[in-house]
Amino acid sequence: MSFDTKQIQSIARLARLKLSEADREKFAGEIDGILNWVEQLNGVDITGIEPLTSIAAETNRMRADVVTDGDLQAELTANAPESVMGFYVVPKMVE
Amino acid sequence: MENLVDLHIHEALDLLKKKEISSVELTQSHLNEMEKAAFLNAYITPTPESALAQAAESDRRRAAGICGALEGIPIANKDLYCTKGIKTTAASKILSQFIPPYESTVSEKLKHAGTVMLGKLNTDQFAMGGSTMTSWFGVTKNPWTDETGAYSLVPGGSSGGSAAAVSAGLCMGATGTDTGGSIRQPASFCGVTGIKPTYGRCSRYGIVAFASSLDQAGPMARDVQDCALLLNNMAGFDPKDSTVSELPVPDFTAALTGDIRGKKIGIPAEYRSDNLNADVAAAWDKGIRLLKEAGAEIIDVSLPHTKYALPVYYIVACAEASSNLSRYDGVRYTTRVNGNTLDELYENTRTDGFGAEVIRRILLGTFVLSAGFYDAYYLRAQRVRRLIYNDFKQVFQTVDALLAPAAPTPALTYEAMKNMSPVDTYLGDVFTTPASLAGLPALSLPVTLSKTGLPIGLQIIGNHFDENTVFHVAAALETAANFNKRPHRVVKG
Repeated sequence: MSFDTKQIQSIARLARLKLSEADREKFAGEIDGILNWVEQLNGVDITGIEPLTSIAAETNRMRADVVTDGDLQAELTANAPESVMGFYVVPKMVE
Repeated sequence: MENLVDLHIHEALDLLKKKEISSVELTQSHLNEMEKAAFLNAYITPTPESALAQAAESDRRRAAGICGALEGIPIANKDLYCTKGIKTTAASKILSQFIPPYESTVSEKLKHAGTVMLGKLNTDQFAMGGSTMTSWFGVTKNPWTDETGAYSLVPGGSSGGSAAAVSAGLCMGATGTDTGGSIRQPASFCGVTGIKPTYGRCSRYGIVAFASSLDQAGPMARDVQDCALLLNNMAGFDPKDSTVSELPVPDFTAALTGDIRGKKIGIPAEYRSDNLNADVAAAWDKGIRLLKEAGAEIIDVSLPHTKYALPVYYIVACAEASSNLSRYDGVRYTTRVNGNTLDELYENTRTDGFGAEVIRRILLGTFVLSAGFYDAYYLRAQRVRRLIYNDFKQVFQTVDALLAPAAPTPALTYEAMKNMSPVDTYLGDVFTTPASLAGLPALSLPVTLSKTGLPIGLQIIGNHFDENTVFHVAAALETAANFNKRPHRVVKG
């Protein structure tokens, strides 16, 4: 397939990235190259093959439903650009 | 006494035990070397004061008769491991000021074993790359020089800071992470040993996530025994990671008997392409010959889906990365670039905070997961991933381990890598991604030098949770290869 700047724009929007015109050109070209290279997978017979989603042999384990920590709001929000009383703060948006 | 920064971990433990050296002396020697070699840019954040304080505490513990398995050994962590109260950047701008309020399970275990942490090591940004060239903090230089004596070579990546630091004597051992080869390829480029254990052997808790179905923690050090010692103190069950195995962790050092007579070693035909680098081919042939001479049985095997591993890897890893990195939104992690709407705030923050390689992978990952393309790309890749997995399972019915190159070339120059297309740089992972996709343990150790004097590593791949066989074979190959080369002592100038 061929990947164009319009497509890259809609993908960038989904990924919440803002690309300049020059970046759109650059990434569209590069991703087009990668997708062409990936096309070789179309030659593999995958009839009846289940997708492999995880290598882990473990299944979900149950544990007692008890609180093991708490009162960490100050620590957890310490890295936030803005926080008040244990809450994350975003700028006021009126649309 | 020889320079303390040349010691291996097991040698230093012996000297510490005999009270011939102290942890403070050992730590100070490494801090001095770090200062001399600062131009290598192996560390993002050195932590000399806390290292000396930890070393002094370790010496007090030892004097009181309380000794961890790695008591007093100075190590360093890849800057992807969260360290409580110490900046953890993932070599990115977006996390450049992030100070984790918690410690990763693996670094906590190493602390508990008595290690001293010298600092946080450089890596490709979010572990995406094979050269450290995508780090927001600048590239790390390989301590091995080119023919003219210039530091023009990449250390490999993403754990390039870890490999360079171990090689140059800037720490005795280091943690790395391996998603598609990020421990094994830099180990080969820098002439050190590193193992990616089985997926599920080490907890991923507190390690900045790249691709969750592939990421594994592992050690890098100067020999196989040191890697076994480190992994002993990194692996094991952790209730905080649902993918970590409950299997007991054996003492990996017990596997280092040296006797591999009768072991069946597979040589995968598909790894030997017509245009295989001559130095790498010669190193591989040498490895095969040495294992044969040591009494192993060499068996030619086939892994027919090998050539599909790279494209499968880039689809799966980028898809998982696009999801994992959605958390960096300008609300929870340190940096924010404002906008007129909340969406604009997200977009501005992310576009400003991520480097080009990260953006490229998020875009590719978002595309292969998007409506209309999910089946054709992501689901197909997961199906082919199972075929790759099945190839290995089949082969391990007849062999104990596989021997293959770790990287397609010796270390490349920055100049050469700068002009490569993304696909060309991805080809550097050709020998490492198959074992990653199958979740298998794989160790890279140096066996010889190239014609231009650069180290070349070979990879030993084992069956799931059979690190013991990997260590067993690696130790025998290490003895036979007798690779004891180090880069010239780094002298600034």
